[in-house]
Amino acid sequence: MNHEIIEKNIGLMVVLILFVISGGFLAEVVPLFFNKSVNEPIAGLEPLTPLELEGRDIYIREGCHVCHTQMIRPFRAETERYGHYSVAGEFVYEHPFLWGSKRTGPDLARVGERYSDAWHRMHLNDPRSVVPESNMPSFPWLFENKVDHTDTVAKLKVFQRLGVPYTEEDIAGAVEGVKGKFEIEALVAYLQQLGTVITTKR
Amino acid sequence: MSTFWSIWVSVIVLGTIFGCWALLMATRKGQKHDQETDRTTGHSFDGIEELDNPLPKWWFHLFVATCVFSLGYLALYPGLGNFQGLLGWSQYNQWEEEMQQADATYGELYAQFGEVPVKELATNEDALKMGQRLFSNNCAVCHGSAARGAIGFPNLADDAWLYGGEPENILYTLNNGRQGAMPAKGLMPNMTAEQVNQVVNYVLSFSGREKDPKAAKAGAQVFAQGCAGCHGQDAKGNQAVGAPNLTDDAWLYGSTYEWIEETVLYGRENRMPKQSERLSSDQIHILAAYVYSLSN
Repeated sequence: MNHEIIEKNIGLMVVLILFVISGGFLAEVVPLFFNKSVNEPIAGLEPLTPLELEGRDIYIREGCHVCHTQMIRPFRAETERYGHYSVAGEFVYEHPFLWGSKRTGPDLARVGERYSDAWHRMHLNDPRSVVPESNMPSFPWLFENKVDHTDTVAKLKVFQRLGVPYTEEDIAGAVEGVKGKFEIEALVAYLQQLGTVITTKR
Repeated sequence: MSTFWSIWVSVIVLGTIFGCWALLMATRKGQKHDQETDRTTGHSFDGIEELDNPLPKWWFHLFVATCVFSLGYLALYPGLGNFQGLLGWSQYNQWEEEMQQADATYGELYAQFGEVPVKELATNEDALKMGQRLFSNNCAVCHGSAARGAIGFPNLADDAWLYGGEPENILYTLNNGRQGAMPAKGLMPNMTAEQVNQVVNYVLSFSGREKDPKAAKAGAQVFAQGCAGCHGQDAKGNQAVGAPNLTDDAWLYGSTYEWIEETVLYGRENRMPKQSERLSSDQIHILAAYVYSLSN
């Protein structure tokens, strides 16, 4: 093979470079687009209610995903503490998913129904009141601000277009579901449903 | 994975490796040269020429080794579509193995106490040590590390019990959880502000702390109508529904006038999450013994 042919034909070089770097994508990513275990929701998975969806946006706004992951790996150390390892079918309605990549706090993939609502309210208002050694910030404004519902309908429509099975009724009743609620209610509602579809430990 | 995608993945993976191999071999030696003395690539800039030397041997062999390693890896571990690898390794198998090993090591430790009656177990020091660790990991975040609770989270170390402190009550609570609910203004949705004041004073009077004795007296009537249904005529509570005794000095939500007023005005909701899905029945049994031992 001659260097010269490739080095003097930049178009050919571009094609060859694309060919080389697409190998991983073609072998590791493309098949997943057609893989059932990734594309089909697990039995019992429901789309988030409008209130939970707004809670999810508050979760993102406050940067919870920066310190908390939502992905339990199949190691005993993790499943003993957090519950059943995460499976792909649980995240089919997530756009984008909030797996995160760093744990400053614990994983939250199955925090739903683990504590009472009252515990979450105390914890978010002042984490040290229930976990003395916690270094989590307080979020007192969640108790003062009402949920902003101006975009709730639009959000549901976007999710509907992305394939989340929201019905027209869901969208029509979206504002009703969040109007007048405090942000803390939305966030707690979101947290309390996390990972509750799989309740068994194995 | 379907056969098509399995083949797709295998072809790309093996193709990439053999492609690398082919490229490596093809470029191993320099270009063919017209003259033995010409060892340049033919590039020349301002008289500066680029030599066309082959890769150093150690470098070349390093590349060869990576190709060989990758083929060996793909033979042993899953990587080629549906081929599971000769070792049969998967992250789920590995997890199952870890769990079985742990069961073999720790399962017995728990199982030896699983059949011992709770009351008897509550005097066994080994069991209590294990119970304390289970408690620290699973319960302390709400009930506190000393099990003395907090506002909204019951103190487990005293002898006041919302749902009963016998072993079977504790086991039921741990296995099934509890859902506590006091409606706002009790059973009297139309309670007036004056009546709220009266009934709060009446409740305070059980412990001799009423602010307004006259109102407290009038509160008896309100209590009978709005509160006695759950808390009982004598205000000693009802463990069947988790209604607390109001005459003792254990207060789940604070004992001052203001706290009690808030409870009456807005009601209370509380929940103890069930543990049966997180802990094994032996672990719950040991935990029950630990909790029982705290007040007995």
